[in-house]
Amino acid sequence: MSRKPAVSHIQRKLIPSYIFLTIVAFLSVFPLYWMFTAATNTSVEVARGKIWFGTNLVENYKNLIATDNLWQAMGNSFFYAVVQTLAALLVCSLAGYGFELYHDKGKDKLFAILLLAMMVPQVATLIPLFTMVSQLKLLNTVWAFIIPGISTPFLIMMFRQNSRNFPIDTLEASRIDGLSEIGIFFRMYFPMMKSTYAAAAVITFMGAWNSYMWPRTVMKGNSVKTMPILVANMSNGYTVDYGMLMLGVLFASLPTILIFFILQKQFAEGITGSVK
Amino acid sequence: MNKKRGFGLLAKQKAAGWAFLTPASLLIFAMSFYPMVRAFITSLQTGPAAKLKWAEPIFKNYTRMVNDKVFLTAMGNTFLYLAIQVPIMLILAILLAQLLNNKDLKFRGLYRTLIFLPCATSLVSYSLIFKTLFAREGLINSILMGLGIIQENVNWLGTSTTAKAVIIIALLWRWTGYNMVFFLAGLQNIEYSVYEAASIDGANGWKTFWHVTVPLLRPVIVMTGIMSINGTLQLFDESVNLTSGGPANATITMSHYIYNNALGQGVANFGYASALSFIVFILVGILAFINLKVGDTRD
Repeated sequence: MSRKPAVSHIQRKLIPSYIFLTIVAFLSVFPLYWMFTAATNTSVEVARGKIWFGTNLVENYKNLIATDNLWQAMGNSFFYAVVQTLAALLVCSLAGYGFELYHDKGKDKLFAILLLAMMVPQVATLIPLFTMVSQLKLLNTVWAFIIPGISTPFLIMMFRQNSRNFPIDTLEASRIDGLSEIGIFFRMYFPMMKSTYAAAAVITFMGAWNSYMWPRTVMKGNSVKTMPILVANMSNGYTVDYGMLMLGVLFASLPTILIFFILQKQFAEGITGSVK
Repeated sequence: MNKKRGFGLLAKQKAAGWAFLTPASLLIFAMSFYPMVRAFITSLQTGPAAKLKWAEPIFKNYTRMVNDKVFLTAMGNTFLYLAIQVPIMLILAILLAQLLNNKDLKFRGLYRTLIFLPCATSLVSYSLIFKTLFAREGLINSILMGLGIIQENVNWLGTSTTAKAVIIIALLWRWTGYNMVFFLAGLQNIEYSVYEAASIDGANGWKTFWHVTVPLLRPVIVMTGIMSINGTLQLFDESVNLTSGGPANATITMSHYIYNNALGQGVANFGYASALSFIVFILVGILAFINLKVGDTRD
């Protein structure tokens, strides 16, 4: 009896919090909700500010696939992002493992130097990397897409920090059991660090799927276009079909939104992953 | 004999350690450090991309930017975004994290998910969503007309002040929830007993927040600050896709202008673009350093 009023008193004090959080949550979701509705409306309806679902979805889709090769771009984005994720996870987890479990003065120094790469602005390396990739005749190939993003200080750091959870005793015991050094990595470390790999995979995939400046520079061919480039090009005409454009944006966003809802924990862990 | 074998094993282990981190390290040297050196060399050169030659005088590209009105505008825009958007975003993010860290609050998980959701959209996608929302014939104008706040459609993206405001609003929308997640993680590391002690000492909510929470969050504030500064100095997707840098370069960012110089339409000026990008590099370094220094001063 005496607890009930106390609880409602606490809840009453929280009313301003509820109001504020509800407003912020509404503002956060609304543009995305609106993207979904706009994808089902005609361009005129979108311009007039209609905020409910309409009946033009099929028409927008027909226009979209008539304008551009949507499914090729979806396929490209997916393929590049998967390859980039696999390559980055392998290379960076090996490095993080090496830096943490085999650490000595030299390796710690090297690690500190590698971290400096975080300060390098993307636009500064753009010209040299573009020159490099075109000299290697890799323009418009998956290699051009993935090569600058395979090894990142962020991922190395994340794996290094999380490798602290890998007991040194396991390493020693596996050695006594006769496992090779690389064998320990694949057979002991990898299964034990699954959650770190999951978090790293989510952020790498999302980053690769969404990347824009670099693909725009090296993936110029029509058949190698990715989704961000496809939708960016669509909005550049003089008359923009808003319904079709928003359907394109919806396709470009759907995979990452799905990943967000299904793997939110891993995503949050991934972005804050190296901070511990 | 035994000792020798032991030594061999140790050497083998040591070699394995180096082997593990070599691919990643080589790639970072090849994809970040070497290009920076190349960029610096290129920044001292002029001419068409195929036959660059040394500039005369050698720092010509650097002295040229002092009189480059568009670059100065781009730098001004970038700093304006930095000065207005980053503080508002970080304060809002801390506030939201603080509200969500309350155990008595219901639907915490739901609120958190919804406020975090904008991070799931790519920079290009949300730029285009905001471009459509703020179009002359668009939802925002319809709402404001409906409410009687405006009498005729506002040309949000065609006027320099409002176009800047739209970029700032869009950035706040995209990144506040992202930063909130860092602060939530930081707050969860603070022991509950610290708050109990503060409340026994008679500190009210505001005092506790200011004198207990903020100092304990300082490392997270420094880190999110550095990330935000770094990100803002490199803004590109929004400038390109939301406003195309316009009207008349009123919203163009440094990266966007550098990109136009390097690989945009017309003449590719690798030398000058490299010099400009080096300025961004130096600015990132200086601001990160200041942030670290300021954040490190303990009471």
